[in-house]
Amino acid sequence: MKKVIMGNHSVSHGVMASEVKVISAYPITPQTHIVELLSEMCGNGDIDAKFIKVESEHSAMAACVGASAAGSRAFTATSSQGLLLMHEMLHWAVGARLPIVLANVNRAVGPPWSIWTDQNDSLSQRDVGWLQIYCESNQETQDTIPQAFKIAEELQMPVMIVLDAFFLSHTYEIVDIITKEEVRKFLPEYKPEIKIDTKDPHSFGNLGGPDVYMELRYMIQEAMEKGIDVIKRVDKEFEEVFGRGYGLIQPYRCDDAETILVTSGTVSSTTRAVIDQMRDEGIKIGSLKIRVFRPFPFEEVFEVLSKAKKVAVIDRNISFGNGGIFYQEIKSALYGRTDIPIVGYIAGLGGRDITPSVIREIADKAIGDDKPERYINWIGVKK
Amino acid sequence: MKPAVMPLEELMGSGHLACQGCGATQAMRFALKVLGPETALVIPACCWAVIDGTFPHSAVNLPIYHTAFETAAVVASGLKAGLEMRGDTETTVMAWAGDGGTFDIGLQALSGAAERNDDIIYVCYDNEAYMNTGIQRSSSTPVGAWTTTTPVTNYKREPKKNMIDIMAAHSIPYIATASTAYPHDFMAKVKKAKSIRGTKYIQIFAPCPTGWKMAPELSVKSARDAVTSKVYPLLEITEHGQKLKVWKDFEPTSVRDYMKVQGRFRHLKDEEFDQIEKDVEMKWQRLVAKEKMLASIPGLIE
Repeated sequence: MKKVIMGNHSVSHGVMASEVKVISAYPITPQTHIVELLSEMCGNGDIDAKFIKVESEHSAMAACVGASAAGSRAFTATSSQGLLLMHEMLHWAVGARLPIVLANVNRAVGPPWSIWTDQNDSLSQRDVGWLQIYCESNQETQDTIPQAFKIAEELQMPVMIVLDAFFLSHTYEIVDIITKEEVRKFLPEYKPEIKIDTKDPHSFGNLGGPDVYMELRYMIQEAMEKGIDVIKRVDKEFEEVFGRGYGLIQPYRCDDAETILVTSGTVSSTTRAVIDQMRDEGIKIGSLKIRVFRPFPFEEVFEVLSKAKKVAVIDRNISFGNGGIFYQEIKSALYGRTDIPIVGYIAGLGGRDITPSVIREIADKAIGDDKPERYINWIGVKK
Repeated sequence: MKPAVMPLEELMGSGHLACQGCGATQAMRFALKVLGPETALVIPACCWAVIDGTFPHSAVNLPIYHTAFETAAVVASGLKAGLEMRGDTETTVMAWAGDGGTFDIGLQALSGAAERNDDIIYVCYDNEAYMNTGIQRSSSTPVGAWTTTTPVTNYKREPKKNMIDIMAAHSIPYIATASTAYPHDFMAKVKKAKSIRGTKYIQIFAPCPTGWKMAPELSVKSARDAVTSKVYPLLEITEHGQKLKVWKDFEPTSVRDYMKVQGRFRHLKDEEFDQIEKDVEMKWQRLVAKEKMLASIPGLIE
């Protein structure tokens, strides 16, 4: 059934269709609609789940840890400061190998207080071991939830799905809403082998000395690496049932492109419009959306970008003292394998619009400057 | 308090990693004797995170979930919800934390679970300092005590936090204190807690000979003396905070005698002991007065 719904509600519908058993969350703008609708769905019986209304995001993730350890499918949603408060328990979910799914609405971090979008909240959790999938539309956001559970449960790893504040969270789009009955054909019931069970008692997470710790970390990395193929396969299985697939990355008009703009999130759609316009002018340009950020699809990214003459990365984030975070990742994917210049552009922090003219400015700069002096360029900073 | 038979069931084995005379270890053994095998434990950072043993060993023949310092109560809430959604409504979920993980860093999550009245038993084994990290003061450390962060030149000046009143303010169905010297009392309280739905809070006085600078063989005696000197009254709060029962059926003993065997109080002068004795008596009187006051409110007397 097609309906016009907001991005946040597309998350809620994805969660409902995935038959999540325990939800735990704490309110934070701009995520709150997700859990408001889920509360309503729990209240009127649309979803058979327990909703634990906790006193903080730290506890939201801790409750998910407990529920997931008990063998139930668990979900939470948050943003910005909330995600940062969860940080310790994000690590815990990974170390404990719990397939929790979290929706993070990308919101800038204070101070100054900001409720508008940028990616520094989720990207500052880059190294905790959560898989990260960046969504671009309400449809993709909804569809990525059951995909995330399937991936998480197969890998025994937690998955974060990420959507832009307001540009997606509060934007209404047509969404083909998936149902539990349909999702059952794609996502089997969660029946973990290892769980808290009094009939098979074990101690979980107790002291592990230097003789065991490293192997456990090796296994996490192994799961991440395996993740690339699992995500691809799960996406295909989803497509077989629903007719929609999203891939690890999404190249657009890249085949003969001399310049490729690398994007993530909602900027990707705006960029495609600019690409079309420039193509009409005869400029050989394309774009590449990075959908899956962890595990990083090195091979897939290399395959697309290695054919270009120049790569421009648009980052709605900044790693202070280095540069854009996607920029760093793209560089590492191409390092030692090509001499293509890669230039980073920082834009749209704290929710500043990245309009078609901003993207055009970036594209023109990237094309025009043969030997860029600065590899990190700020776009639209007022003097 | 009449003597009873000690249940033979043992869910805790030997070979754990506790110090000699550890009250926390005795407390766990007693609790598990009455809780039985359909129990899952949640243990945050505390001595018990180590006592349980190193991977892949465990001193307890029950599922144990080890978790971060401040999360015992809420992980227990999540675990209970997860088990119920899996169709297991029988398992008792018990969070088992030290005083640091309860009075300090875990207070927020505990308050949240208590306010929601989540169906868990929360036991705080109170040894009155951060013992696992090497005896640092917590908000449970009593006034006058030495710890490694309250040296004798600057011993703890602040009174112990009244955690029981804080929990009572949450109107949860059951609150009790206990002492390792009175295992049958403790076991009866754990048993009662198991039979009640909602959040149950039990705080057991669990001596730490290592941290209190005391001979291990004095562990049980000091746990008894704390009660009979009125330093650590045994009480129960039921009817969602409206009914208080204080145990008074003992021969009162000296506060000074209780404190003097413990090296952590060795630096105190006579006048300081005098003041502490006065404070203990005043708190006791207030507690007994509160018991009477609550009993006098019409409609609440059983």
